[in-house]
Amino acid sequence: MSEFAVEMRGIVKRFPGVVANNDIDFDLKQGEIHGLLGENGAGKTVLMSILYGLYFPDEGQILIDGTAYSHYRPAQAIRLGIGMVHQHFMLVPRLTVAENIMLGQEPAKSGLFLDRETAIRKIEAFSEQYGLPIDPRARVEQLPVSEQQRIEIIKALYRGANTLILDEPTAVLTEQNVEHLAAAMRKLKEEGESTILITHKLREAIGMCDRITVLRKGTVVGTVNAQETSERELAEMMVGRDVVFTIRRSQAKGAPSPTLRVRDVDAKDDRGLPALKKVSLDLRKHEILGIAGVQGNGQAELAEALTGLRPIQSGTIALHDRRLAGKTARDFITAGIAHIPADRHLRGLVMDFSLRENAILGQHRSKPFSPHRFWQSPQAITGFTRDIIEAFGVRTPSAATLARNLSGGNQQRLIIGRELSKDPAVIIASQPTRGLDVGGIEYVHEQLLKMRDRGAAVLLISMDLDEILMVSDRIAVMYDGQIVAIKKPDETGRRELGELMLSGSSPRLQEQENQEA
Amino acid sequence: MAIGPMFKRSVVLKEMGITLLSIALAFAIGTIIIWIAGFSVSAVFSNLWKGAFGGKLAIGQTLAKSTPIILTSLSFLIAFRCGLFNIGAEGQMYIGAMAAAVAGAYLRLPIVLHVLVCLTAGGLAGAFWGWIPGYLKAKRGVNEFVSTMMLSYVAIGFTDYLVAPRGPLHDDKYWANQTIRIAPSAVLPRILRPTQVSMALIVALFFVLLVWYYLYRTPAGYELRSVGLSPTVADYGGIRIKRKYILALSLAGLLAGLAGSGEVLGTHLRFIGRFSPGYGWDGIAGGLIARAHPIGAIFAALLMGALRAGGMQVQRSGAAPGDIAAVLQGLVIFFIIAPTLIRTLIRRRRR
Repeated sequence: MSEFAVEMRGIVKRFPGVVANNDIDFDLKQGEIHGLLGENGAGKTVLMSILYGLYFPDEGQILIDGTAYSHYRPAQAIRLGIGMVHQHFMLVPRLTVAENIMLGQEPAKSGLFLDRETAIRKIEAFSEQYGLPIDPRARVEQLPVSEQQRIEIIKALYRGANTLILDEPTAVLTEQNVEHLAAAMRKLKEEGESTILITHKLREAIGMCDRITVLRKGTVVGTVNAQETSERELAEMMVGRDVVFTIRRSQAKGAPSPTLRVRDVDAKDDRGLPALKKVSLDLRKHEILGIAGVQGNGQAELAEALTGLRPIQSGTIALHDRRLAGKTARDFITAGIAHIPADRHLRGLVMDFSLRENAILGQHRSKPFSPHRFWQSPQAITGFTRDIIEAFGVRTPSAATLARNLSGGNQQRLIIGRELSKDPAVIIASQPTRGLDVGGIEYVHEQLLKMRDRGAAVLLISMDLDEILMVSDRIAVMYDGQIVAIKKPDETGRRELGELMLSGSSPRLQEQENQEA
Repeated sequence: MAIGPMFKRSVVLKEMGITLLSIALAFAIGTIIIWIAGFSVSAVFSNLWKGAFGGKLAIGQTLAKSTPIILTSLSFLIAFRCGLFNIGAEGQMYIGAMAAAVAGAYLRLPIVLHVLVCLTAGGLAGAFWGWIPGYLKAKRGVNEFVSTMMLSYVAIGFTDYLVAPRGPLHDDKYWANQTIRIAPSAVLPRILRPTQVSMALIVALFFVLLVWYYLYRTPAGYELRSVGLSPTVADYGGIRIKRKYILALSLAGLLAGLAGSGEVLGTHLRFIGRFSPGYGWDGIAGGLIARAHPIGAIFAALLMGALRAGGMQVQRSGAAPGDIAAVLQGLVIFFIIAPTLIRTLIRRRRR
């Protein structure tokens, strides 16, 4: 057995117009957790796709457990013991956990019938051995994201992986579940598995990994021991400059009358179950109201209700004095509510539209884009798109490029540019920094604060508590479809907010209530 | 669409390259089939060419057959751009043809105006036949693939009944299932005598430009395309998806209705029961061969029309049964549309 599970030497991968990987050396020791850190577009995913056999490298060599390969396909990578857990899970929702895991390698009874029981026993054994609790008989569609991720990991192990590639596994997890994942990764390490963790998050990289390799613009900046580095050092390696970690916030002006008044709003989720229960809140000019909460406690439905995308059962939504409840999404847009959606693919951009076409979405019937009902002005649209590209730093070959061909960060810049260019009275920002790198996150925060200072009322929904604490003027905690508390950021902390998010109440509050009773 | 997808050269060239390759591949396989079936390959292809492009009459045949296919291709692609499958152009065409024939035969109007009224009647009747599945899709979630196709058979049977010997619109002077002749003022004049090519071709080309303009230069067309590419994003952008479904299928019906009207006013000068050799179905292939682009519909329709015209000559010459043209047509469709169709169906299932 070689000292290294994987060695990649002099890897070069070119795509038309870019060198995604430029002479990269990377090695993974046996039983090591190795972080791969870098901004969007730094080449992390390309490098790992090469390792997994999805791309052939143009130059370079890969040694797996000491044996050299120039290129291979994923099927062979799996046989060589490499498993990949993609950011977007590759699971069939209607099948059970066991069926998903054994898909492609079904054990058979007398060569003909599916042997579910054997598979289930095997999965239970894995689950036990690696400390990844899962019910093999549950249907995938009924399981939360964190468990789906566990299925993906077990699936890779089931196929004999001893080298795991985890592509931004924490992007979809809550704080609590990140802890569970970290524990599982330690357990995997004890069992001799080697792991590569792709991430943007500095703190997690330091907390979870043994060594960290930082990529920037397709080259390796350096490899450091996690215990001997700091967030600041990693951030500098990643972006090549000092990153401001604390945002100096000006005092919120806090207008007296709310811009957006929400009263007793009830709404259902996609399954028809109550998702919002008598939600009331006021959103004022010059303030950012952060909504903290564990995913699935009604935040997504709140964002949709406040942008006209989800019908509400009862209650009122009013912008200044204009009642909006029951109106169409277009009415919400024209009233001045901008929306940065959580899901770029599902809501934010038509991927097969050009930047131009995406830039006017929502305003496509307004002047100057459509001077007439039967005429759109290509010049006005192009000019406006170029302004967004310029002002919001969207990196793109041209305004006519398809949105699909932009990196995630640039797609997000385009959406933010589009929404903020409307000069909205209210901004509903739903997880606006998800999947962005350090530079991108900083940029989004700056933009939201700028809009706040200009007088917009901003609602920021985020699962990242640090973000909420850093940017918000007030923090509302959502739990089980209700707003259970509203706090000032300097009067609360991660601990109290965490308790509220997880239980809907904090021990301190309960004590007070008990005393009163 | 920097200046418009009409002019995005690199993409257009690539798509055209793929299309031409597919056509070549289809003909290569077709050659093998002809050879295996025991016919003379050279005789079949020379007659196919002769029937489609060998002289003025042949070219006229090709153009005449292409005319309705241009419109049915547009019919298919405008719905396709909205993410819908209009499989019912054949029926919409029959309904449109019937309306145009009735307006042409029973109204008395001045020249030019009469033609315009007939085209309008045909278009609107077709639009109504498209509106029904659109409405059912929007209000009841009925799959338009099935409903448009089924309504096609209703339309074909219904119009056939109207002109059958005891039907209300039967021309009693003749035995055939047909209406009386339209008034001379309602005729779309022939433009390439002695062939059957009529002003209907000009109408069809005009609608190619109109559909292109609508899709790429109007806010309504923009909305329609965004619904087709991503209904959830369109919803986010304040676009009423269901209304777009109704609109897209109505417009599809309108275009197919015009195809039928053109046949009545330019070619047959009356409604004849079951007059269409399958122009509506050809439109599905045409729209897909055109990769759902209006300009491409002209060339796709020409290809389909040429195969129809050439096939007739193959039959006449006795080199092989005319069905051989249908085989070639099928192969072309298979090679060109199978990848597109499969990709689209997969994308739809993922939603």
